Amino acid sequence: MEQKLIVSPSPHIHSGDTIQKNMVAVLIALIPAFLVALYTFRLEALLITTLSVLFCVGFEYLIARFVLKKEPTISDGSAIITGVLLAFNVPAGLPVWILALGALFAIGVVKLTFGGLGNNIFNPAIAGRIFLLISFPAQMTSWPATAIAGTATDAVSSATVLGLLKQSPEALGALPLRQMFLGLEPGSLGEMSAAALLLGLIYLLWKKVITWHIPVTILATVALFTGILFLIDPLPQYNPLIHLFSGGLMLGAIFMATDYVTSPLTKKGMIIYGVGIGFVTVAIRLWGAYPEGISFAILLMNAFTPLINSYTTPKRFGEVVRNG
Amino acid sequence: MLKSFRIGGIHPKENKLSAGMAIQPIAVPEQVVIPLLQHIGAPCQPVVKKGDKVKVGSLIGKSVGFVSAQIHSSVSGTVLKIDKAMDASGYKRDAVFIKVEEDVWEEQIDRSDELVTACSLTPKEILDKIAAAGIVGMGGATFPTHVKLTPPPGMKAELLIINGVECEPYLTSDHQLMMEKSDEILVGITLVMRVLNVQRAIIGIENNKKDAVALFTRKVAAYPGIEVQPLKVQYPQGGEKQLIDALTGRQVPSGALPISVGAVVQNVGTVFAIYEAVQKNKPLVERVVTVTGKEVQRPCNLRARIGTPLTKLIDAAGGLPESTGKVISGGPMMGKALASIDIPVTKGTSGILIVPAPEAKRREMKDCIRCGKCVQVCPMGLNPTLLMTLTEYEVWDRAEKNAITDCIECGSCSYTCPAYRPLLDYIRLGKSKVNGIIRARKN
Repeated sequence: MEQKLIVSPSPHIHSGDTIQKNMVAVLIALIPAFLVALYTFRLEALLITTLSVLFCVGFEYLIARFVLKKEPTISDGSAIITGVLLAFNVPAGLPVWILALGALFAIGVVKLTFGGLGNNIFNPAIAGRIFLLISFPAQMTSWPATAIAGTATDAVSSATVLGLLKQSPEALGALPLRQMFLGLEPGSLGEMSAAALLLGLIYLLWKKVITWHIPVTILATVALFTGILFLIDPLPQYNPLIHLFSGGLMLGAIFMATDYVTSPLTKKGMIIYGVGIGFVTVAIRLWGAYPEGISFAILLMNAFTPLINSYTTPKRFGEVVRNG
Repeated sequence: MLKSFRIGGIHPKENKLSAGMAIQPIAVPEQVVIPLLQHIGAPCQPVVKKGDKVKVGSLIGKSVGFVSAQIHSSVSGTVLKIDKAMDASGYKRDAVFIKVEEDVWEEQIDRSDELVTACSLTPKEILDKIAAAGIVGMGGATFPTHVKLTPPPGMKAELLIINGVECEPYLTSDHQLMMEKSDEILVGITLVMRVLNVQRAIIGIENNKKDAVALFTRKVAAYPGIEVQPLKVQYPQGGEKQLIDALTGRQVPSGALPISVGAVVQNVGTVFAIYEAVQKNKPLVERVVTVTGKEVQRPCNLRARIGTPLTKLIDAAGGLPESTGKVISGGPMMGKALASIDIPVTKGTSGILIVPAPEAKRREMKDCIRCGKCVQVCPMGLNPTLLMTLTEYEVWDRAEKNAITDCIECGSCSYTCPAYRPLLDYIRLGKSKVNGIIRARKN
């Protein structure tokens, strides 16, 4: 028998899980939110999302091939996710050239300069959004009235719930909680409907793409922190339900804070990270200069991730000596 | 809720293709090659020379040192030579080549199938018989059994745990042995209980072997002190520390032996060999081997003499398929890929797994995306991706601090990694480096 055998160390089988499969699962989980965006903003949503994906994938390909001169890794699907998430974080009707700049910053600066997928410190989509928010504050906060809520759909900007809370909480009147949950209040493309985003969360948990630790800790921290304030002083700006269902909290907690690359490895670490994001988000919303703080909170905690990783070890076998 | 270990774990596809296949004895070959090192510890010294006549059960290799196990001839015939021969590790090591003539057994060996339950020996005498029979851990670890049954001074066992888990995918030799030799195994357990002077034994069986669970649950009624515990199907349920955790809730501390929590673990195959050694005077000269694989014609459980060429076993299962890319001694998670199938069956050969070429190759490794899945599945609660990086950059002090030496090499991390990173390859390397450093520091 002169057949050559393959010799390699164990294990000899693999689960079949791949980076691509995880990315595809995230994209599937984003579908409900995308449908809500399509329903609310119609063609505008399709246009922004498609272009954002094309820009992100295109920049990744071009930069990898012609600047870094290495094999582009667009097939792993991560650039598509960055594209979708960036689109979901901007208002419908954002000028296309601004969107392109955001994609270039996200992919070129935040992702590829650090070595591509797995090596970036910050979540590219979040960093892209913040780059745009700081550079183009007017365009980034001009929210078109939703197609279903208002009669005039074109370029009429309306205030978000968080914006109102910041400036004139009295103006809110009766709390539009149900609308917020379903996604009828103004906001960025993909952050409209908490219900759709929660559906995505359930899918991700079911598929074991992520664990509950990060999203649940963030949401719980926000609810607890604002809840305590609300108990002390029941003002509308402290209402925990408003905070849970407004702005980009759900989108951030479920899809951006859980980014593998930029979040901690261990369960303990994930909880510290989630609590941090929850606190910073509420602090910025209540006392900061911006109405929304989830992006800044995630970016900040991304920076803490390496530190959290080095201070949190998984629970080792043998620590519990007796528990019978 | 079935019992299980508490940290990590995976559930690979079970693929028990040979389940339920009765154990078939395979014909004695014309020649056997019996390696003088078939256990963890020091190799044996040959006590025969070219031209010597031997019988089945004759001592041919004498153990030197405490951690070692005697080697016996598995056939009758003439010693051809003592020469180097390749074993499963891929190294060439000393082995006794014997030309087979007839099938004559040593007189004292009882070859009947009759169950012998009575035993009037003292614990010391039982232990001596186990040592004389050359018994080693049959689950694949091949640690000399008499050493494992001799607790260090000052330590006392409270509980005997019998490992009938067989958590490796594909393998069914322990399962089939349990189905066919339940009485012998139970008598064997009582013998080990006497050696250790313990009143209680638990047989842990993974719940994908419901027939074995039912059979033993019925039979233990006649054996006071012996219990059966079905366990959740989760890899590595059969890992020694994991099994103790699952059955007792006690976790063996880092670097300590199971006896530190009062437990001694023995595999069902080992206990059967103990029965045969003590009650039948039969040394370890044959064992059950699963021959299996997706493209194997007749996946089966064979009883083979030690020293039989693997090719004979593979032929009995229908021959080596055209598509073969890899042949593994043992299971797919912890088995060794063989460089050649021209090697003999040894005491630790629990299975031969034949993998088709398309599945045999690893896929290209990608950058770590820090998903943390390896951390989630590690049954020892380690951080595999960190340990791999520390090994890559040779940061041995931090590798030691992060308990690289606790790794049981179960392979769950590499199995799970969506970026196909060879985590265990690196950790294994780092572990041996760090162990070397620790040893050097002690001296």
